This record gives sequence, structure tokens and C-alpha cells, in this order.
Amino acid sequence: MTETLKIKNLHVAVGGKPILTGVTMTIRRGEVHALMGPNGSGKSTLAGVIMGHPNYEVTEGTIELNGKDILEWDATERARAGIFMAFQRPMAIPGVKMADFLRHATTNVRKPDRKEGEQLIPMREFRKELRDKMTQLRMDEEFARRYVNDGFSGGEMKRAEILQMAMLRPKFAILDETDSGLDVDAVKLASQSIAEIGGADMGILIITHHDRLLEHNTPDFTHVMLGGRIVETGGVDLARELYTEGYDKVRQRHPEDAAVEKEMAAEKKFVSGVA
Amino acid sequence: MATDLQTMPLDGQDVLGEIQKYDFVTETHGVFKARKGLNEQIVCEISEMKREPRWMRDFRLKSLKVFESKPMPRWGGNIGIDFQDIYYYLKPTEHQGKTWDDVPPEIKETFDKLGIPEAEKKFLAGVKAQFESEVVYGSLKEDLAQKGVIFTDTDTAVREHGDLVREYIGTIIPPEDNKFAALNSAVWSGGSFIYVPKGVKIEFPLQAYFRINAERMGQFERTMILVDEGAEVHYVEGCTAPMYSSESLHSAVVEIIVRRGARCRYTTIQNWANNIYNLVTKRAVAYGDALMEWIDGNLGSRLTMKYPAVYMMEPGARGEILSIAFASKGQHQDAGAKVVHCAPHTKSRIISKSISKNGGRSSYRGLCKVQDGAVGSKSNVVCDALILDPKSRSDTYPYIEVEEQDVQVEHEASVSRIGEEQLFYLQSRGLTEAEASSMIVSGFIEPLVKELPMEYAVEMNRLIELQMEGSVG
Repeated sequence: MTETLKIKNLHVAVGGKPILTGVTMTIRRGEVHALMGPNGSGKSTLAGVIMGHPNYEVTEGTIELNGKDILEWDATERARAGIFMAFQRPMAIPGVKMADFLRHATTNVRKPDRKEGEQLIPMREFRKELRDKMTQLRMDEEFARRYVNDGFSGGEMKRAEILQMAMLRPKFAILDETDSGLDVDAVKLASQSIAEIGGADMGILIITHHDRLLEHNTPDFTHVMLGGRIVETGGVDLARELYTEGYDKVRQRHPEDAAVEKEMAAEKKFVSGVA
Repeated sequence: MATDLQTMPLDGQDVLGEIQKYDFVTETHGVFKARKGLNEQIVCEISEMKREPRWMRDFRLKSLKVFESKPMPRWGGNIGIDFQDIYYYLKPTEHQGKTWDDVPPEIKETFDKLGIPEAEKKFLAGVKAQFESEVVYGSLKEDLAQKGVIFTDTDTAVREHGDLVREYIGTIIPPEDNKFAALNSAVWSGGSFIYVPKGVKIEFPLQAYFRINAERMGQFERTMILVDEGAEVHYVEGCTAPMYSSESLHSAVVEIIVRRGARCRYTTIQNWANNIYNLVTKRAVAYGDALMEWIDGNLGSRLTMKYPAVYMMEPGARGEILSIAFASKGQHQDAGAKVVHCAPHTKSRIISKSISKNGGRSSYRGLCKVQDGAVGSKSNVVCDALILDPKSRSDTYPYIEVEEQDVQVEHEASVSRIGEEQLFYLQSRGLTEAEASSMIVSGFIEPLVKELPMEYAVEMNRLIELQMEGSVG
């Protein structure tokens, strides 16, 4: 049976404010899904809630991994079950070396039942694998000795996220604007790397504004989000249309959702203005 | 040590009559009856027990007077000590008298988690007075002796190198310095005495447990280190295992002289049990182009007050102090550093990192003083505090006294909390919340841990992990 990540009628609020208002999507292992939509439409919230961010409150609906409800699981459990998210803004952990962090993470994800303090994967084995993956991603070895995301450039951070994905080998990966802040060449490299790593093995959800990241990862499905809902789902052609023509046509086709989008944007402005 | 009593000189001792009243007898099975309290008679008894020369006994008695006349410090933490309710001296045999069963279970458990060997555990818990390291370190000691290095416990040094001890003891930290320095001067026992001759560079760190037949980590240790011109030494004190003691007051004094062109690094990692007041005075003087480094890690205790100091006496002298404090429930770490620039073109650097969790309180208290005439001196102070939960507290008390215009003095301080986003990021990589917090904390102290000798660095990290266990949620 194909493994699936199934999101059904998902409603999510942050600080009491509804952000997602009924998202439904099924990702099978081996599929590439593109998620597009204007800023503030809820794409990053969806990514965060799939990963288990504690600040997002699910008010309705379910997320199921192979038929199991995972809403009660924390991020640790979801990661160990094979869900991964490449962060739009990865966090710096000063003083912790990439290699040490990755060794912990990799061990935990591969041995989900590992208790704290138990053996990590053997150093030699781990080093070899890390070195291989870094070569594959054309990363300098020095990278492993640097502190996690500390003083990284935008491009370095995104590549570090891809390296983590390569090491953790998730079943399902969500890439939250992995192309933002990268120049054309860097996006190309990222796109290639994702394809090499993911292959037919992962279910991938790519959140993006552009089509470059999709160049080597042709989406089987393209979803458009507007005002907290997925308003359209299509194939690769839809992604192209959105990239070349923007979201105006989508708004015209879905006037109600466009109105919600406007309302949410105004409210956000108001709230941040007060704060 | 068991034969001390039989070989004690019995005549001409003015307090002997008194002593005998307290079962201090010379019978074969006679034992010095330890008792609580502090007065001239007890100080004299301690001196007699150690068969000390008269000058040392006089030094002790003079110090006792100073102690009695000094007020308690009015800053730092709350010191709730009844000085008459403390044993000031216990013979090593009495330390031994305790059994393994007397050691609290949580201490034993930590030993197990740290993977400390059986023999060492008993030593650390004070069950055994001596750690049998003679075989291992015998050849090392011989090598040192050939170079003219003196490395012994301070009690032995008083007997065997009396002139040296007499010349320097109390010159860097006189009894008048503060109440606890006076107390230590009156009742001290144990500690290390090190002399490194001119130009001798000791390549491996000297560690307290190299000492054989020394009294175990005492309550009132007195350590002196003399590093002669162009010589180098790294001394490591303490260990990361929790130091359990039934006594609640520990008050050590460490005096160091680093002569011209010499280097001295003094590393301490201490992890006290929760009932301990750890009130320590540590000071070094550094002469021309000499370098003094203090690396000081403080965990545990009820209250620690400790501010390692470097006085830079001649041009080119440098002082560096790295300190880590970890305060958990019921603990107050009032730690910091002092640098005093007494000569031109002297340089100092202080890096302090503190972590407070589970209601613990850590304070940085530091002094940077530049005396008139110390032109071209530079001082850089960085203190970072990490607070792990809203119950915990961190304060910074920097004192800066600059009497000279042409100097550069910098002070930076930061306070941070472990961010929810950092935790989420690490958890999304399969780490548990506790693992994630402990990783953030080890990263925070990494700049200091990497200065430690390897085995201490490893233990330090394990210790932080233990401290962090069950700390979240």
C-alpha cells in the first residue's frame, strides 16, 4: 500500500484568529505537490501545523499519516515518524556544530525508540555518510564544523536544510520557500539536489512563488491557496500559469475567497498597527 | 596518618592540658574527638594535630582574631551560617569512618550516571580518604621532581618547604582581605602547593588527584602556586562529580604568583551538593608579560560566591578569566571576576556565561579597575546569561573603576531565553524537548568547554545533560 499524508478539512487558528479554514490534500509517497498562493494566504501555517508547531491550534479536521491521526503528536514524534520540514527561516543554534546536531537528529529519526543517553550512530559510519551527502550536494566539508545556522548566509542556510533532509531521509518533506533569498544559480542547485535526494522515494510538498524550484521537480499536483483555503488544484500547467500571470485570475475565479483574503490582510495590518 | 597521635610532641604545648579534657590522648586507640565550634583552642588543636611550626600556629591565631572582627559581607547572597555549628577539622580517618551507606542516594545515582569507577566514587563521596593513584602517577612525580618542581599538599609543604610557604602565604590574600579569607587562614587544611622553577614548562595539566596521601578535597583548602620566571603550568582542580560533604561550609583560598614571562592556567570545575555554601577567594598577581588564566565552572551548591582575580603588576601582564555558572532550584551562583590593572599596557579579558533554570539564580559580579598611570591598558568584559524558564533569575553587577584616561574598557552583557522557535526547530529534527534544551545549553557554554582538557569537557557536557533532564515540561 502506498504511504500517505492526508489532510482533511483542516481549520487552524493562531492566537484565536482563524488562518486556515478547511484545507484538504492527500500526498502519496513518490509524488511532488506544489503549493502556491499570495503572501499571507496560509501556506507557511499549513507547513508549520503539519510539522506540529505548538502555537498553531487545530480547531477542526485531521492530519493522518498512513491512516493514523497525528494531531496529538509533538514535533519530535512527527519527525521520528518520517515528516520533515525545511524551514523558511532556520534557527541558529550557536555553539552546536552541524555534525553533532546532525548525528543526534539522524540517530533519533532512524531509531525512533531511542531513549535519551543511548548510543548514537557510530562516528565512523556517520562521518562517511555525511561526507558522501555533502559531496553530492557540492558542499564544503568545513560546513560540518560550523555552528548550526550561526552566521550562515541565506543560501548556506537553505543548503543546510537540504543537507538535513538528505541525512534524515523523510517519507514526507515540506519545503517552505526553500528558494527565497537565493540567486538563480543557487535555486538551480537546490532544485537539482532536491530531485536527487527525493527521487521517487519521498512525498514532497514544495511551497514556492516561482517555477525554478520546480524545474527538476515537476509537480504531479499544483495547489493554489487563497484566504486560508485551497481554491484550485491542477497539474504542472497551473503552476506555470500562476508564475507567469500572477494570482489575479485566481482571485477572479474565486471572488469569495479573495474577499476573505482581503479581510485577513486588513485585520493583520490593524493588529500589527496596534502592536 | 593513624600514627600522628603517637608521635605528637607532648611537652611544652600550652594548650595540651585543655586538649586532654577532650579525649585528645596518646593511647594507642586515641582519637582526636572532633567537635563543633570555633575558638583559639580549636585552632591550636588543629595546628598541633598537623605538627605545625609555631609561625603557622601564630598565623592561624592572628587570622582567627581578624575573622572575629570582620563583619559578614553585605552583598552577594544570603549566608545563613552558624559558625559555632560547624566542624572545622576532621581527621582523615574520621572522613573514612563514614560508610558508603551514609551517602545520599541521589549522589550515588549521579555517580552511576557519570560512569565513575567504584574506587573513585568512594573517594569523591568522602568515604575513602585517599585515592590510590600512586602507582599510576609515581613516574610522573619523579619526572617533575627531577625538574625541581614541587607538587604536594599544603600541609606537607609547611613541614617540608616551610621557608617558601612562610614567605608567601597570605601575601596575595591576607587574612584581612575578607571574613572568609580570615576563616580559611585560621582553620585551613589540605589544598595544593606548587612551585615551578624558572623556565620549566610542564606540558600536561597537573591535577589535584595526582597528590598521594593528601587529605581529600577539604572544607578549607589552601592552595598556593608559584610560577617562576618564564615557567608554565596548568593546574586542574576538582572534578565534575558532585562533591558530597556532610559539612555545609566550604571556604577555600587560592594564591598564585606568576612571575615575569610565566604562564599559569588554573581550571576548576566544581559541582557541589545542594546544601553547601561555597565561599572562595582566588587571586593571582601577574608580573611583566606574564599570563594568568582562570577557567572556573560552578555548578550546584546553595550559594557560591567566587570572583577569581588577576592583579597585573607590571607592563605587559595579561589576565583572562572564563567563568561558567549553572544555577538550578534552590541555588544561587554569585560568581564573576576581578581584574586590576596596576601597570601600563596591561590587558584583561573576562568572559562569563551563566545559566539559570528551575528557579535558580545566577549573578555576575565583576570588577574592572584601572589604576592611575596604567596607560594603554585594555579590558574587555562579556557576560551572557541564559534563563531557561520564567521562575529563574539572572543579574549583572559590573563595577568599573577607571582612574586613567588613556585606556580602553569595554563591557557587553546579554540576557537570553531559550526560544520556542529554537526548540521547535530542533524537535522537528527528532530531538526531544529535553535533548533540544540541553543542546542549546551546551552550545551556549561551548566557548568555555572547548578550553577544558578533553576528559573534563566530556564530563562537563554529560553533567549539563544530567542537569537538564526533566527540566522542561
